[in-house]
Amino acid sequence: MLNHSEQRKSVLEAENITLSFGGLVAVDRFSMVLREGELAGLIGPNGAGKTTVFNMLSAIYRPQSGDVRVMDHSILGLKPHQVLRRGLVRTFQNIRLFKDLTVEKNIQVAFHHANPYGFAAALVHTDHYFDIEKHYAERTEELMNVLELGHRRGALAGALPYGDQKKLEIARALATGAKILLLDEPAAGMNPQESLWLMRMIEKVRDQFKLSVLLIEHDMKVVMGICEKIYVMDHGVRIAEGTPQQIQKDPRVIEAYLGMRNKK
Amino acid sequence: MRANLQWLVILTVIALAAQGLTQVLPPYFGQLLILACINAILAVSLNLVNGLSGQFSLGQAGFMAVGAYTAASLNVFGLGFLHGTPLGDQAALLLSLLAAAIASGFVGYLVGLPTLRLRGDYLAIVTLGFGEIIRVIILNIQAVGGARGFISIPNSTSAFLVVFLLSAFVLLTHRFVMASQGRALLAIRENEIAAEAMGVDTTTYKVGAFVVSSAVAGVAGGLFAHYLSYINPSSFDFMKSVEIVIMVVLGGMGSVSGAILAAFILTFLPEALRPLQDWTHVDLRMVIYSFLLIVMMLVRPQGMLGRREIWELFKPRSPQ
Repeated sequence: MLNHSEQRKSVLEAENITLSFGGLVAVDRFSMVLREGELAGLIGPNGAGKTTVFNMLSAIYRPQSGDVRVMDHSILGLKPHQVLRRGLVRTFQNIRLFKDLTVEKNIQVAFHHANPYGFAAALVHTDHYFDIEKHYAERTEELMNVLELGHRRGALAGALPYGDQKKLEIARALATGAKILLLDEPAAGMNPQESLWLMRMIEKVRDQFKLSVLLIEHDMKVVMGICEKIYVMDHGVRIAEGTPQQIQKDPRVIEAYLGMRNKK
Repeated sequence: MRANLQWLVILTVIALAAQGLTQVLPPYFGQLLILACINAILAVSLNLVNGLSGQFSLGQAGFMAVGAYTAASLNVFGLGFLHGTPLGDQAALLLSLLAAAIASGFVGYLVGLPTLRLRGDYLAIVTLGFGEIIRVIILNIQAVGGARGFISIPNSTSAFLVVFLLSAFVLLTHRFVMASQGRALLAIRENEIAAEAMGVDTTTYKVGAFVVSSAVAGVAGGLFAHYLSYINPSSFDFMKSVEIVIMVVLGGMGSVSGAILAAFILTFLPEALRPLQDWTHVDLRMVIYSFLLIVMMLVRPQGMLGRREIWELFKPRSPQ
């Protein structure tokens, strides 16, 4: 292992975050650290609370206790669009594209948070406006090529096949320019070749865009194949963390996934 | 930037053509044309909220009323010294329209800030109630005529001004939609959670769209007051709001040209059906009007143009 991860700077930290819905404790004192350039995974059986953790990390939910820090600053009380400006972006498990907009516009929405021209410039069409729009068109083209969506130019997002919708979600997340990428089940619904392609893609964009990535995934081949570090959750609690090798041997993980051996 | 000058010329030519048309046509048609254009401005304004940002407002007549009464009051009580010369009359009208836009926009802000936390049916009900509140308040202000209506407003709205403003609003809406800010608003319509996660400040944009929409409706109200030179609270009742919503829905939610087309059809249709009354001796206009709407919703629920614009129908779906 070339793992010097403990020396790398932490970019995202969750500290004892807890959230309950009514009487159900969905996430109970969950802690984790994502370091710069790291590719980490969050796994667990269905209903373990993984997506709830994601929702707290991206400020869609506010944890009832504990703290979430992005680049060493707490994001409690911020709105999701403010968290994005701190450099964290996410995708969604149930794809949330802008279905009636074209592929290009879906990507360009993600440029908006740092859009340099004002409302008036857009209405009177200043030269600055045209320069920026041209720049946007070029960047859109680049991102579409990176994600191999070039042949879908002009198509409505809702009309794309499932795999391309997943790619578009990733392209849109990259377009924000955020350096921390949270992927919620990126390989769900993909066939084995597509998952393999996706693994390579995630590694490639991580290196190319200097990202730190945290992903939720059920496809163990993907998780074990690319993650340097894995957190395992069950019933809202973190039951294990470690490298893929450690996780595969961990008896608590095996129990959570397969049940106890001598259950009476 | 030079294109702006070209557009200014184009808008002026269109407006002059409309002015010429009203001189040539019988006064009845001229009047219908101007009322259709005022309705079109209202439809364009509501399209910003119901079509582009995906919210559902049912109180547009309320904002129109604020604009109509603000413009009329300012012009009658405050700007009398400008009246007399044609230039003075137009200057007074423009100032009154500006005041109407500001007043309606401000009221839109007051209403929008708390209510845009709601969505769908809830927002519709709140805006509906709000429209009625405005009407009832005006009904009880004796200074502007109360239930008797506001009389002797200067009759200074011209076809030129109405058509110029309508074309300008269409051009600006189109430019807005094509810009980054417009994409942000469309993203909210498509998926609010995703828009927020992609960095769009959804609250600001929703309230902003609502304020601009109210301000434009206020301008339409001001034009309306200065065209008929008499307004009455019952001109701005719930049915007026519904009429504007129907224009937007019939034209296609989010389509500016569709909203204008629908505004023209819905203004002219009841008039075109008038001869039928002489023939059958029963007023069937509203029956046919309603029937057409039902057929439309069954056959083309997305509206006449869907989310496209008229000019997009004629060019093939190219890759870019």
